[in-house]
Amino acid sequence: MAFRDYIRERFFPHIWCPGCGHGIVLNALLHTVEDLGLERTSLCMVSGIGCSSRIAGYVDFHTMHTMHGRALACATGLKLAKPSLNVFVPMGDGDATAIGGNHFIHACRRNIDLTAIVLNNRIYGMTGGQFSPLSGRGVLATTAPYRSIDEPFDIVKLALGAGATFVARTTAFHVLEIRSLLKKAMLHKGISVLEILVQCPTYFGRKNGQGGAVEMMELYRDNTAPLDSKKLEDNPSLIPRGIFRADAKPEYCEEYARVVARAKE
Amino acid sequence: MSGAVASPPPAGGAGGAKRGAVAPDAHFVQGNEACVRGAMYAGLNFFAGYPITPSTEIAEHLADILPRNGGVFIQMEDEIASMCAVCGAALAGAKAMTATSGPGFSLKQEAIGYACMTEIPCVIVNVQRGGPSTGLPTKVAQGDVMQSRWGTHGDHSIVVLTASSVQDIFEITIEGFNISETYRTPVILLFDEVVGHMREKLVVPAPGEIAVVDRLYTEVKAGVNYHPYLPREDGRLPVSDFGGVHRYNVTGLFHDIFGFPTENADQVSRLIYHLVDKIENRAHLLARWKEYHLDDAEHIILSYGASARSARHLAETRRGKGDRIGLLELQTLWPFPAALVREKTAHAKSVFVAEMNMGQIAAQVKQAVNKPDRVFLVNRMDGMLVTPTDIGAVMRTVEGRGF
Amino acid sequence: MELYRVLMSGSGGQGVITMAIVLAEAACLYEGLTAIQSQSYGPEARGGATRSDVIIADGPIFFPKVLQPNFLVALTNEASNRYVPLIRPGGICLYDTDLVQLDLRVDARPRGLPMYSAVMKEFGKAQSFNICVLGAMAALIGAVVSLNSLERVLLTRFGPSRHEHNCRALRMGAEMAAPMVDA
Repeated sequence: MAFRDYIRERFFPHIWCPGCGHGIVLNALLHTVEDLGLERTSLCMVSGIGCSSRIAGYVDFHTMHTMHGRALACATGLKLAKPSLNVFVPMGDGDATAIGGNHFIHACRRNIDLTAIVLNNRIYGMTGGQFSPLSGRGVLATTAPYRSIDEPFDIVKLALGAGATFVARTTAFHVLEIRSLLKKAMLHKGISVLEILVQCPTYFGRKNGQGGAVEMMELYRDNTAPLDSKKLEDNPSLIPRGIFRADAKPEYCEEYARVVARAKE
Repeated sequence: MSGAVASPPPAGGAGGAKRGAVAPDAHFVQGNEACVRGAMYAGLNFFAGYPITPSTEIAEHLADILPRNGGVFIQMEDEIASMCAVCGAALAGAKAMTATSGPGFSLKQEAIGYACMTEIPCVIVNVQRGGPSTGLPTKVAQGDVMQSRWGTHGDHSIVVLTASSVQDIFEITIEGFNISETYRTPVILLFDEVVGHMREKLVVPAPGEIAVVDRLYTEVKAGVNYHPYLPREDGRLPVSDFGGVHRYNVTGLFHDIFGFPTENADQVSRLIYHLVDKIENRAHLLARWKEYHLDDAEHIILSYGASARSARHLAETRRGKGDRIGLLELQTLWPFPAALVREKTAHAKSVFVAEMNMGQIAAQVKQAVNKPDRVFLVNRMDGMLVTPTDIGAVMRTVEGRGF
Repeated sequence: MELYRVLMSGSGGQGVITMAIVLAEAACLYEGLTAIQSQSYGPEARGGATRSDVIIADGPIFFPKVLQPNFLVALTNEASNRYVPLIRPGGICLYDTDLVQLDLRVDARPRGLPMYSAVMKEFGKAQSFNICVLGAMAALIGAVVSLNSLERVLLTRFGPSRHEHNCRALRMGAEMAAPMVDA
């Protein structure tokens, strides 16, 4: 299967702004499924609402574009009804941790075999630049004209605390790293949460003095460091990247199959 | 329940069994359990829910029964997630259901709208309790009639069925699944605390005795363009499951025949008319009802759910005294069977609508009949089942015979 | 015709609802009668007022609630105070003399039995109390629901391990009530 066979070409060019990081993630995702040689009919994508959720329209998988925040809940039903499907769930930061926060922590706890990708641009892009639970204090947004006073979540810590069995982080600058982490996340049995910091030059960068796409990506390069690296050791204030947890634990669909076996005894 | 014509009641009523003669497949169960058995008869294989009074027994029974039959039971993190999981499972080919009450029904409205828009077949049970808000969790009400019709935002249409006995709950549940599969629409089973919790006899028919409608699959072969949202001439949409040979898009946005978002005014208009017409234009086919003593009735009581039991009690008692009272019991509430109501009540002097709300169906009846000023509401919203005496008192007053 | 309109009342945890279900199921499945059982309850699983209604008839039953019982079972003072005034004239009021001080100001036939203390003496715990009450009830309502039918329901609902015990409690209640059965 060639790379291009995994996309619905007639819908390009995509709707994202010039410089948006979402296309980079889409590209990495397509390379990952191509590398793994996965059949398209085994692939499924369930998304919510927001810029990130539009990824679902561009991949030639079974695609379900659902409601704001509800992607993981819909995906849970889909996966349980047909466990053989490989289910990707791309979400934005507001989608995953604000309106969908409850579904997010419970999907982590349940350890159901879904690949959750949080595209964290720290802003509500589709509605025009409001602050999200990932924006953090001091951020300027259309709903925080005097700067945000809201403390942010740390998605990695949230996922770890909620019991996710695979948790990783990277950025839109680290293109090859997205591919390798996505591949590991996909192959992980159980819930995998991959946070990808993606730039929103239109609503975040411009308003918060981070410049355009290139400058924002340079920040990802300079302000992050791999876990266990000398760079991180020397400067612990940097944002760590890499795999924070990869544990083998009973997966929900498999456990449910055991429930069925017990019930039928 | 086959066809649109209500069958006349058997002589002596449903409970007229001879002493000593009990069918071997008879059970003594709650309405909520009858709903579970009806759902299993209809082929239910996926349930997602969240505990809430007075519908919880449905989840409890299914937690036991579904795994034994290889089906999926999942208790989700909230009411919203339950309805979402049902949507996801149905796309993967499951016959899926959720059950809730009161506040839970409010929370499910978003995803019910999604199911309407994406034409996902599914069944939502609402065992009504007193509202608004937390209301009266363990007491009866019928206040969700309009919410079941208009609870989700935007123009849409939906099918809402109800029942007044344990046996009827079993049968109407199967009917709900059949309608849901036939028209690819969410169907709401709007029960109430009284019928959900009371126990009476249920006779489960042999498999095959009641027809079960299965999903209509597309005959389009792999590699040939499949249009998931191109209705056939009969309004039905042949489906292809997620995981099957056809990959397509499902979205809550207005979409084209491929399922991809569109803002094309013509396509938007066509879709909204399709969603509404596929149900509203079939109101006569979707009407389910029961009628008692209507032929020469001077006064007709129109009722549904638990209230219809009180109405029947009164009608039978007063018939015994020679009064020409009839009962029209609706089992389909939405699409509202206006033509049926108009026709059946055409020769009545007055119509009494007995329901446990502020007149949600009474308002529909007034719109349907030729003499709306002869439609009277008999209601009760204090958590108690409206009684035959309550109905009788209003009738006496209207008839000019004092309270 | 409606033969019995039974209102069973007590507090949560006494097994009032179970008792009502067993009675109604026996009438429905093993006596070929029509029966309907319903309940009203509050938020408490234990304590609080519990009430369950059973109607037994030889024809269809429409209105499922009991407004005027011709048979009241009262297992707490609160229950008897609340429901005794509802008894239909001439109806029976079965109450436990250990738990209820009956203040009967209506035209009803009081049938007080020390069932609770009898159960405690016989079994050492209150677990079978409701079954004992059910036995007394069955005796008082005569041929409508037989002890055999009740035993069949007890077996299917509670299984063989508790069956012998349950039957003993049932028979005990019936024997206690026997002298009070109207000729």
